[in-house]
Amino acid sequence: MSQSWPWALLLLLGAYHGLNPAMGWLFALALGLQEKRRSAVIGALFPIALGHALAIAAAVLVLDFARNILSLGVLKWAVAAIIAAMGIYRLLRASHPRGAGMRVGGRELIEWSFLMASAHGAGLMLIPVLLARPTLGMHHSRSLPMEGSMSSNLRVLLLATLVHTGAMLVVAGILAIVFFELYDKIGLRILRRTWLNFDFLWAVALLIAAVAVLFL
Amino acid sequence: MLFKADPTFYPSPKLAAQAPAEKLAYVAALNANGGNKRDALAVVNVDSQSKEYSSVVGQVDMPHAGDELHHFGWNACSSALCPYAPHPHVERRYLIVPGLRSSRIHVLDTKPDPEKPKIVKVIEPQSVHERTGYSRPHTVHCGPDGIYLSALGSPGGDGPGGIFALDHDNFEPLGRWEVERGPQHFGYDFAWHLGYDIAVTSEWGTPNMVENGVNPELLLAGKYGHNLHIWDLRKRRHLQSLDLGPEQQMVLELRPAHDPTKAYGFVGVVTSLKDLSSSIWLWHKTEGTSNGKFEIKKVIEIPAEAADPAQLPPLLQGFKAVPPLLTDINLSVDDRFLYASCWGTGEMRQYDVRDPFNPKLVGSVHIGGIVRHAPHPVNPKRPLNGGPQMVELSRDGRRVFFTNSLYAAWDKQFYSEGIDGWMVKLDVAPEGGIQFDPKFFVEFGELRPHQVRLQGGDASSDFYCYP
Repeated sequence: MSQSWPWALLLLLGAYHGLNPAMGWLFALALGLQEKRRSAVIGALFPIALGHALAIAAAVLVLDFARNILSLGVLKWAVAAIIAAMGIYRLLRASHPRGAGMRVGGRELIEWSFLMASAHGAGLMLIPVLLARPTLGMHHSRSLPMEGSMSSNLRVLLLATLVHTGAMLVVAGILAIVFFELYDKIGLRILRRTWLNFDFLWAVALLIAAVAVLFL
Repeated sequence: MLFKADPTFYPSPKLAAQAPAEKLAYVAALNANGGNKRDALAVVNVDSQSKEYSSVVGQVDMPHAGDELHHFGWNACSSALCPYAPHPHVERRYLIVPGLRSSRIHVLDTKPDPEKPKIVKVIEPQSVHERTGYSRPHTVHCGPDGIYLSALGSPGGDGPGGIFALDHDNFEPLGRWEVERGPQHFGYDFAWHLGYDIAVTSEWGTPNMVENGVNPELLLAGKYGHNLHIWDLRKRRHLQSLDLGPEQQMVLELRPAHDPTKAYGFVGVVTSLKDLSSSIWLWHKTEGTSNGKFEIKKVIEIPAEAADPAQLPPLLQGFKAVPPLLTDINLSVDDRFLYASCWGTGEMRQYDVRDPFNPKLVGSVHIGGIVRHAPHPVNPKRPLNGGPQMVELSRDGRRVFFTNSLYAAWDKQFYSEGIDGWMVKLDVAPEGGIQFDPKFFVEFGELRPHQVRLQGGDASSDFYCYP
């Protein structure tokens, strides 16, 4: 198998997160519509992407730390259990942050996006990909994961975060700006019919991820 | 949980105004006969194509007597699409129906059979009292992050009134909403400007001031509510009081602009001590910075009508006039028409409020009234009692429904012969003008109808986050 598949998967997951209206593009659009300025849409997208990246990076750093103190076998089971628990929780109860609103500054958007991505287990969803050996081969050291130097592992993981978030930002940005420009003509009519239950899909994706971890 | 967004949720008022016509109306109905007589939620067929049009097709009796059903609302609505706390896959399915006198809150499921809702949960008064510190729940609104209710006062019947929330999923009371209430003491209605993170609350009186009827001494001394309060919706803190003046008594229904980019709204005042007129005021954010303050201004005044004291109830005889008693107002989803219920004079008015600072009277019908007793076209010879009261509009703004009962203890003071409950419908011409639908006249037997909610949503049920 080509060693580039984890990168493709990271990009796809990024695009998937970007597509989810609950991850930020819709918020950026709403803020732009409220202010009646395209620059408000763009101004909101970057803090949202940063918050998302921080949530992913947090999961990635915890994973990197855990891998240094746990054997890969134990780690897989622990990660699978956590992801599965998150998936089941998301199936049972669709929670959302309280106390948010429409008058938010950059810092609040970062916090909101961080919480939203964390609460949805966005970082957890990437772990199977990051745990996979080929992913770690991406830094071309050709060493086995447990032998790779910490700093180079970390560099790969952070690069993975950036790639993922970049894909998320591009998809979210296109959606937010297209809807902003066409709002007077098409409004959000399409959203009513196409807003699939991403919470449900995410819960399923997490459960799949949990199983995938065990088969790595 | 749904796989696609609930089809009754609309991101914007513009899209909501294109919603299909409702087929059913839910009506809170009071039994004022005392004893073991229970209040009910009535289901009325409003589908003009149906054989059962203009009739009560279902009725759910409450489990206990003495609730005084009044206002009620949906568990979820278009605010579920708000971008900061989206959960579009919950369903507009449950009606949250509080007893204003008992403080008991009923949850009715309308899904299996919309004509025969089922009571699926009852929150007992003790639970409301203990968890929130409030009693006498009034307005119900479905918010972006929970179900909110206003309350008139404390369990003992004094103030302060305020707001509390119910959990979205299990409907359990979550506690008092206000973190810092400032000078606010009276409660009644509440509304939001979601685009500005602003909440607005209005003032009636404490339970002890209203439950035995309007108290003339308190009224003449200007002791009922005459303020509007502006709140930071996120921080749950009081920001500003807007005093309408002590002669303006009872500041009731709040109707904010549906467009979330507009920070203005209308509030109705029942009576002025100066001349018994009723009035409608416009609250609006002053232009400029996003931290701008709110101001309030009277934009409509409806005068009292001279009357022979012999035709007036004792409370009004000394005034030789019948006051309009503006008890409800409603604003169309497109923010174009404002409706005003004059319960005393028996008149429903329609104003064009495209320029909210300069409303224009564009329509009026008469029905009931303390002196007028105007008939309905269905039977032009039959005098009617009660008057236009709770008014609700279809989302497209083409149909207006209203009922004639206010509040048991107050009904008695103004309509001493008692009130025979009715519900009527007006058809609205696209450019303004209203007339009765001669085929729609619903009677409720021994029940008195109060608030109307339309299936799928109406002009006061939903808040929006997109213009």
